[in-house]
Parts: sequence; C-alpha cells; structure tokens
Amino acid sequence: MTDALLFATLNGLVTGLLLFMLASGVTLIFSMMGVLNFAHASFYMLGAYFAFSLSQPLGFWPALLLAPLLTGVLGALVERHGLRHVHRHGPVAELVLTFGLAFLIEELVQLFWGRATQDFRVPALLDFPLFTLFGQDFPAWRAFMLLLSLGIFALLYAGLTRTRYGLILRAAITHPQTVANLGHNVPRIFMLAFGVGTGLAGLAGVIAGPVLGTWPGMAASLGSLVFVIVVIGGLGSLTGAFVAALLIGLLQSWAIASSVGMADVLALLGLSFPPDHPLRDLWRLTLPQVAPLLPYLLLVLMLLLRPAGLAGNREN
Amino acid sequence: MFCTPPAALRRIVLAAGLGLSALFSPLTLAQEPIRIAFIDPQSGSFAATGNSAYRVLSFAAEHFYNSKGGVLGGRRLEVVALDNKAAVADSQLQLRRAISEGMQFVFSGQSSAVASALSTGIERHNERNPDARVLLLNYAAVDPVLTEDACSFWHFRFDAHADMKMAVMADHIAANPAITRVYVIGQDYSFGQAVGAAAARLLPARRADLQLVGNELHPIGQVKDFTPYISKIVASGANAVVTGNWGADMVALARGIADAGLDLPVYTFYAAYDGITRTLGEAGRNRIHMVHNDHANPFPSDERRDFTLAFEAAHPELNVTQPRLVNTLMMLVQAMEAAGSSDPLQVALALEDSRLTTMTGEQVWMRPQDHQLFAPLHVSVHTDEGIEFDLDRSGFGLRTVHTTPLEETLTPSSCQMQRPAP
Amino acid sequence: MDSRQAWAAVAVLLGVLPLVFDSVLSVGILNQMLIAVLFALSYNTLLGQGGLLSFGHAVYFGLGGYVAAHAMRLTELGSLNLPLVLLPLAGAAGGLFAALLLGSVSTRRGGTAFTMISLGLGELLAAAALILVAFFGGEAGISGDRTAGPALLGVSFARETEVYYHAAVWVFLGALCLAAFRQTPAGQLAMAVRDNPLRAQCLGYSAARVRLLCFLVAGTFAGLAGALFAIHNEIITSQALGTANAGQVLLMCFLGGTGYFLGPVLGAVLLTLCTALLSGWTTLATLYLGLLFVGCVMFLPDGLSGLVVQLHVRWRRGSLRPLVPPLARCALPTAALLLSGVLLLELAAREGAALHVAGLTLQAGNAWSWLGLAVAALIAAWLLRRELPALQAVWQQAGAAGDRQVRP
Repeated sequence: MTDALLFATLNGLVTGLLLFMLASGVTLIFSMMGVLNFAHASFYMLGAYFAFSLSQPLGFWPALLLAPLLTGVLGALVERHGLRHVHRHGPVAELVLTFGLAFLIEELVQLFWGRATQDFRVPALLDFPLFTLFGQDFPAWRAFMLLLSLGIFALLYAGLTRTRYGLILRAAITHPQTVANLGHNVPRIFMLAFGVGTGLAGLAGVIAGPVLGTWPGMAASLGSLVFVIVVIGGLGSLTGAFVAALLIGLLQSWAIASSVGMADVLALLGLSFPPDHPLRDLWRLTLPQVAPLLPYLLLVLMLLLRPAGLAGNREN
Repeated sequence: MFCTPPAALRRIVLAAGLGLSALFSPLTLAQEPIRIAFIDPQSGSFAATGNSAYRVLSFAAEHFYNSKGGVLGGRRLEVVALDNKAAVADSQLQLRRAISEGMQFVFSGQSSAVASALSTGIERHNERNPDARVLLLNYAAVDPVLTEDACSFWHFRFDAHADMKMAVMADHIAANPAITRVYVIGQDYSFGQAVGAAAARLLPARRADLQLVGNELHPIGQVKDFTPYISKIVASGANAVVTGNWGADMVALARGIADAGLDLPVYTFYAAYDGITRTLGEAGRNRIHMVHNDHANPFPSDERRDFTLAFEAAHPELNVTQPRLVNTLMMLVQAMEAAGSSDPLQVALALEDSRLTTMTGEQVWMRPQDHQLFAPLHVSVHTDEGIEFDLDRSGFGLRTVHTTPLEETLTPSSCQMQRPAP
Repeated sequence: MDSRQAWAAVAVLLGVLPLVFDSVLSVGILNQMLIAVLFALSYNTLLGQGGLLSFGHAVYFGLGGYVAAHAMRLTELGSLNLPLVLLPLAGAAGGLFAALLLGSVSTRRGGTAFTMISLGLGELLAAAALILVAFFGGEAGISGDRTAGPALLGVSFARETEVYYHAAVWVFLGALCLAAFRQTPAGQLAMAVRDNPLRAQCLGYSAARVRLLCFLVAGTFAGLAGALFAIHNEIITSQALGTANAGQVLLMCFLGGTGYFLGPVLGAVLLTLCTALLSGWTTLATLYLGLLFVGCVMFLPDGLSGLVVQLHVRWRRGSLRPLVPPLARCALPTAALLLSGVLLLELAAREGAALHVAGLTLQAGNAWSWLGLAVAALIAAWLLRRELPALQAVWQQAGAAGDRQVRP
C-alpha cells in the first residue's frame, strides 16, 4: 500500500502544481479586473497546440519559450480589444464574453488542427525514467514539471513582492485611481498582467500537453476544476490558490489510489441492503468512482461554510 | 447556393420533379436513388471516427454498386451524413429529418446510447406509421442489451457485441500460460461495465490458475492522468491488462502503462485507428492486442486489398477503419435484391437468416432470433513487423495473431422479439 | 395594440403555424422552439429579472424531464395511470422541489458567488447522473412511451402535431405566468434587488429571500420545459442537465436580449432555427454559433430585442430616414465581409474537397482561392471601417436622449 501511496502523493503534487499554474493566472486576472476568466483553460489549450506546431520545425525547447509568449500576446490582445470594450456593460457581460471565447477557441482549434489527439511527445532529452520504485517508473518529465512549477511560483512570488513592477501592480489592484494619478498607465498595466496570466496558462499547456494529451477537449476537462480551486482558495489570494491546488491534486490522487467504498462503511456499521434497493448505486459507490466529484463537493461545502475561501480577501 | 438547399426547398423540388416524371414516364420513378441516412457524429469530439466511417460507407456504395449500374434495376445508393454530435436529442432530430425526407434505412453505431434511443424511436415510429417504416442498421454499438432484452425487429446489429468479443479475448488469454493475473479497467458506463462483468464471468472459468486481480471503473472522458490507476495495477501484481476503453481514455491508459515502464500485454477492443495507432507507436509494439471482426494484415484476399488501395488513393489521409460497414452495406443490398424491393419490412425479412461472403472471403450470418450478426473474430497485435497496410501513416498497424471461427462465437440470447404483422 | 390583443394574436399564431409548416421535421422543430422558449423565459427570470447569472440552470430542466420520463415509463409498465396532459405538472413539481433543495444554498449570496456555486452544482449533478444509474438511467437515459397513458378525447399523442398543440398550450400558460410574475410586487422586488441590493435591504426586504423566490419560479418553469422535452423526445439523458445545455440557454437570452420579456423568446426561436437548419448545411455550425455568441456580447449587449426597441424609438421620433444612406453604404461591405469570412472558414474545413459557389470552384490547395478570398475580405473590412463612424454618428444623433439604458 505504501508504494501506491507514495506514487499517488508524487503524482498528486505534480497535478496540483500544474493546476496552480493555471489558477495563479486566473487569480491574478481576477484581482486586477474582478472578472473570472472562463477562457483561461482555453489559453492553456492554445499553449499546447502552439508548442506542438512550433516544435515541428524548431524543436521542443524553442517552442517551450515561444508558445507561452505567443499565448500571452494573444491574451493581451483579447483584453485590449475584447474585455476592455465590454467593460462598460458590466461584470456579467465580461464573464459571458470570456465564456463565449472559451467556446469559440475550442471550435477554432478543431478547425485548424482537427479533432483527433495530436502526437505531441515528451522531448527525447527528458524521456527516461528518473527512478524506479516498487516496480513502477517515475518519468523524468514529471520531475521537470514539478521543478518548473515550483520555479514559476517562486518567480511569481518574488516578482510580486520584491520588484518595483510587482509593487506597482499590487498597488494598482487596491488603489487604481491613486496609481493612475501617480502617472502610471493603469490600463496598460492591466493588459500586461492579463498577458502574463495567459502566458502562464500557455506554459502550463506546453508542459502538460505531452502528458495529458493535446486534444480539443483538454480545456473543458481542466477548466471548471481551475475555478473550483480559485474559489476554494479564496478569490484574489495567490497563497490560497496554491494551497487549494495542492489539496485538490493530492485529494484526487489519494482517492483514486484507495479502494475504500460504501461497502466498507456499511460493513463497519453492520448494515446491508438488498441488491435492487432504489438507492443501490449509493451503496455500491467506491471512493475512486467519486474522485472526480470531490472538488465540486468541496466547492459547495466551502461556499456554504466559509464563502470567502481559505484565504480570501475579496468576495466580489 | 454553395451548400445543400434547405429541406423545404428540396422537398418542393423533389415533389415537382416526381410529379413531372410521373407525367412523362413510369420508368423514371425506378431511377429514384435509395437514400441511406448516416446518423453519427460529424462534428465535436467524436467527429474523427464518424467522419471516417461515413467516407468508408460512401466509397463502398460507389465502388461496389453505383459505378456498376446501381441496385434493384439501376437505382443509385446515396449515403446522407446527418450529424448527431453523439447526442441522443440530436439523433431524434436527425431521425425526424430522415423520415420526412423519405429515407428508409438508417446506419448508426458510434454510441450505444444513441443506438438504443434510435432503436426505441424507430420501433415506436414504425408502429404508429406502418406506411413509412424505417430500418436501423447498427454497425458498431456493442452493448449486449440491444440484441437481448432490448431487441427489436427493426434493429440489426453488424458487429459482435461485448460478451462475444470478451469470450474470444478470454480464450486467447487462457491460451497463454504466462498470464495468471488479469487486471480489468474500463470506463464507468454500460459498455465498460458489460466488459468488466463479462471478464469476471469468463476469465476464471477458462483456467484454474487464471484469476481476476482487479476490476476498476473510472469516469468516462474525465481521467487525464492514469498514473494512480497504474500504481494499483502494479500493486496487484497483474501480468496482463484488459480494457474496453476507447478514444482519449485508451490513449491515456496506454501512455500511462508505457511511461511507467510496465511490460504488460494489454487486451483491448478499440486501441487502433483515427490517431490512436500513431500515438501508441513504438511504446505499444507487440504488446497491445485488439479483438475485432476485421482480418488485418496480412490480407487474405485480393478484393480486400484492392478496396483498401482504392480507398486510400481517394482519401490519402484516411484508412479503412471499419470494414464491417462494407459488410453491412453488402448484406443490405443482398437482402434488397432478394426481396426485389426497398420496402423495409420485405428487406428485414430477407435480411434475417441471410449469409454473406465478405470481401475478405469470410462467411458471416445474421441470426434471425435476435438480429445479431455472427462472424469470425480475430485478435490482432499492434506492430510494425509484417505490415502491408499501416494506419495513420505511422508505419505501425495491426497483424492478426488468432482467429476464432464463426461457430465458436455463438452465444445464447434472451431476446423475445415482437414481430410485426405481415 | 394592447397586451391582451397581443397575447390573443400569439395564441392564433401558435394555432396556425403547424398548418403552414406541416412536415414531420417542421413540426418537430416547432416543438423544439416551444420548449426552448419556455426554458429561456425561465432563465431570464433569473438573469434579466433577478440579475443572477447561473451556469447550472439546466439542472432543473433536466430534473423536471427525468421526473416526467419516469412517470411515462411507469405508466407504460402499468404501475401508474397518469394522463399525458398532467405530466408537465409533474415536471414542474420536480423542478420546484430541486430548486427548493438547491436554491436554499445557492441563493444566500448573489453576484459571483452565486455564479460559482451554480457552476459547481451543475457539474456535480451532471457527473452524478452517470453514477446514480437507478434514477438517471446511466448513459442511455430514461425512455418512456407517451402514447401508453389514457387517451384524452380520443387523442393518444402518437402524432407530432398533437404533441405540438399540447406543448403550445403549456408554453402559452407558462409564458403568461412568467409575464404576470414580472408585474407582481415580488417580481418588481426581484428587479429592485438586482439593481441595488443594499437599498432594497435598507427598505426592509431580505435580498436572500427575494433571490430564493425568483430562483423557485425559474426552477419550476424550467422543470415544466424539461417535462415537455421528455414528452417530445420520449427519452431524456444526462446531456439535458449538462453545462452544454446551460450554455445554450445563456446564449439564447443574450442573443435575444435580457432586458425585455420578449428577448428570450426571440433568442430561443432564432437559435433553435439556426441549429436545426445550419447542421444540415455545414459542419461548422457550432463555430458559427460561437462567433455569433461573441459578436453578440461585444456589439449587441442588449440583444436583438434591445436593437428592435432602439429602432422603434427612432421610428417614433421620425428619425429613421437619415439612417438609410449610411446604412446602405455599410450594408454591402458588411455582407461582403461576412460572405468572404464564411467562405474562408468553409474552405479551411473542407480538407481538399472543392467548394462550389456562384459558378466558381474554390479549392483548399489552390493559392488563388485563398488569396482571392483574403483580398475580398480585406477590401470589405477597409470599406466598412471607413463607413462605420458615419453610421454610428447618425445613430447616436437619431436616438439622443431617447435610449433606455437597460443593464442585464
């Protein structure tokens, strides 16, 4: 059991950090503009597709650098020409625009790259098992994902707290008027922040694409999970998003690794039900089966008990 | 207009055309094409399989019949693709469209849920409208219930169902003495559950030392990273994996097994075609097996070879992914010629108990009791050795390693079919 | 024409439509439109009237449908003998029950929190639908024969037109109720809480209670629409309560306009027509819908009904005439831009097959096709860019001080 648990923990960490890369972008954008970017996972998908197409002529490593840049630029353009235009119609219109964009991007990806899964592979340099434990390999690529995610978090944290630009950014979040009066171009700051956020999503896509599959449904599969994380962590809090992302990643991984089910609970309580009982599906449930539901359950619980999230500092 | 005219306009034109031709010559009515509705996804996540299936069927209609003068005295076969986006509600809409345009034959198969809904819908429609009946030809939906408890006179299935395929797979596994512990993993819905149940029933019964060490169900289309499941497979000490997974789930599972460095044979139902073969590539060589009704490399007949060459010449980016579609079409035409008409009731009566020699040279039989087709089933392996026709232009393809003859694939059925009054 | 005459005219129109469009397919599409109209109207009660953006409204639609489907199946098996005309009530009850259960937790807070919780609940239920097979029937859903129940006045609902008239009566009644709800004090309060929750609370009303009431009304009528859906298709699957369905109804309301009662009706009718017809012409139907969605949010935030009202205002003031010349100058470049855009997309989707239009043959491999279309698009865009400011200026002038600013 310990070997399964160890691998589950490692993989949970990798997944959690990947989710954090996406959630951090959403949190940043939300702090700036008060709008939840529904299209964030779509930029994640675009990052993977751009990297796939760029890696054919240029190789993987240049693509790793260029694809997030491309996605960031695209994001900045979306902010400049889309969101800013719609801003005057209220927050609902902004939210619905990002929702529509998510839908549109998925369709455009299917048009330009087709509907099948793309053959985006891990670069040969890192395509080897890092170590073998209890008969199972741990690929080096996942270790790379882990290190890169941690590095990005450290960079982001340092950038926001130690650099002058980060200072201006944090000030613009809480006191946009004052910062504008001080002579800074606040709309341009917001646009750049949006670009950085979507660029991060693109980077997440580049490193996750070879592992989680580069296909048109990849945005939808992670999109709602990212929002769950952002809300559980507390809207607007980067540390909260970090903790929530790790929590969700680990929880899902452990849930799948276990073999506990309702049958065990019932046996413990000494209850049993006939096989054709109307609630028979509930009695046959196992934890691995409900693992994908756990984040949403947590979301509902969190919104009931502690609406501000784990470390929230902004509710609306 | 650069696209097909709207239904209303087409009906008016058709009506006018029919009226005029009726005035001038009774023979012209016989030239009216036989239109086949192909209700499967042409857009959305499953579009690749639906699209390639449509192309194979259209090409077969052209290659075998239309280019040689048509059927039933000169009538062309026209296959009309009606996109259902793999959704039940859209399938109902497309069925209504097909009916209102006078189509009498419906092909469908990419989803058991859709096939089930269409079967029930068509049965009800035929009961309420005996003058506008429709026949359903299910070429790929393999939930056993469609020819068992939910069987219908108007539904014919042209692919072996999950229990039949599992039986062949069990035979093949049992024949390999190195395999003693089997782990079953599948998608948590009717088909995946059917595979799991069949495996649990059939595998331990084949050999005393063959045991099932895991029967896992995962949510369909939701799991992106199979590593936690792989850990469980390793922990169970399994030396073979059985799965009914398809699409992205199949790719992710195979990748996970390769990444973890497990050298286990994997027995599948759908681990090939439409990009999957290319993705499996080197990592799956000689390890990934598939149970299906197509005789893969080496092709046993020139007719099959010619058809494949002709199709790949016309569609360089596609492969002949579902040759059972050709069998379905051939049996339909054979029944129409035998009945001498395209009336669905007559065709259905002729289709029951009919036999066909396929272009691969195999004999297949449509059992009248439950309208289930029986054919030889094959186990193929994913490899690049001895492959004349590869898939996805990857150099890799399927090579047949085991064949179970038709007689040994017969299974009993619980079908109590309600037959219509003649 | 006062409102009573308008409702009477609608009733007459509903009665006459299936006599004009009488093929099985057309009546089927009309049925779909009716269901969509009721669903969209119920959604607008939340969005337009209550100011609550929900991404999980399809749950109540789906649950109402499941209750009705189970009732149909039980009638078919003989353990229940419910006449078909009462099934929508069962669906409405199902929707109400679900709204009570889930609404009590959803509506505690408004704004983004409400949206997020609706998203979470929607995803939760859509995923649970595949696990709890006893109630939801798994992937195959629940199916039932609508003709199995006792016949009413000899009508067994085997024919599509009979189902249509049945649905038309229910949708008409539902729309009447929802329109009436807008005029009640509770309905007006919902709008007040939408505009300024703090002020409403200072006046002594509990914002959470008002939101809950709004939510219950919306859920009930969504359940009713779901039951009509189950009756029409004789089957319901978990796709009915999924996020795709929730997104569709959002698009309908936005397209039609959330500020007016008829907005969702317009949006529902147009969208149903588009999806039903487009999928027969092109494989890019969903792409065009996505473009329409984004275009609508960006350029028509008040929707088509908002546009119609603005035109009406200008007509009343007699200031429509000066609009015509700049409109004419913009019309041709717009049409050319749209046409070349559509042709470019269709060409990209063809993968080698030829595209025949107006005697020309365009091929994906032929560079001239791409170049020609791109040049045409660019010229059209440049012309439009030149003419648009003039149109905008005249538009503003024509409606100055006459536009009602309606915020969704």
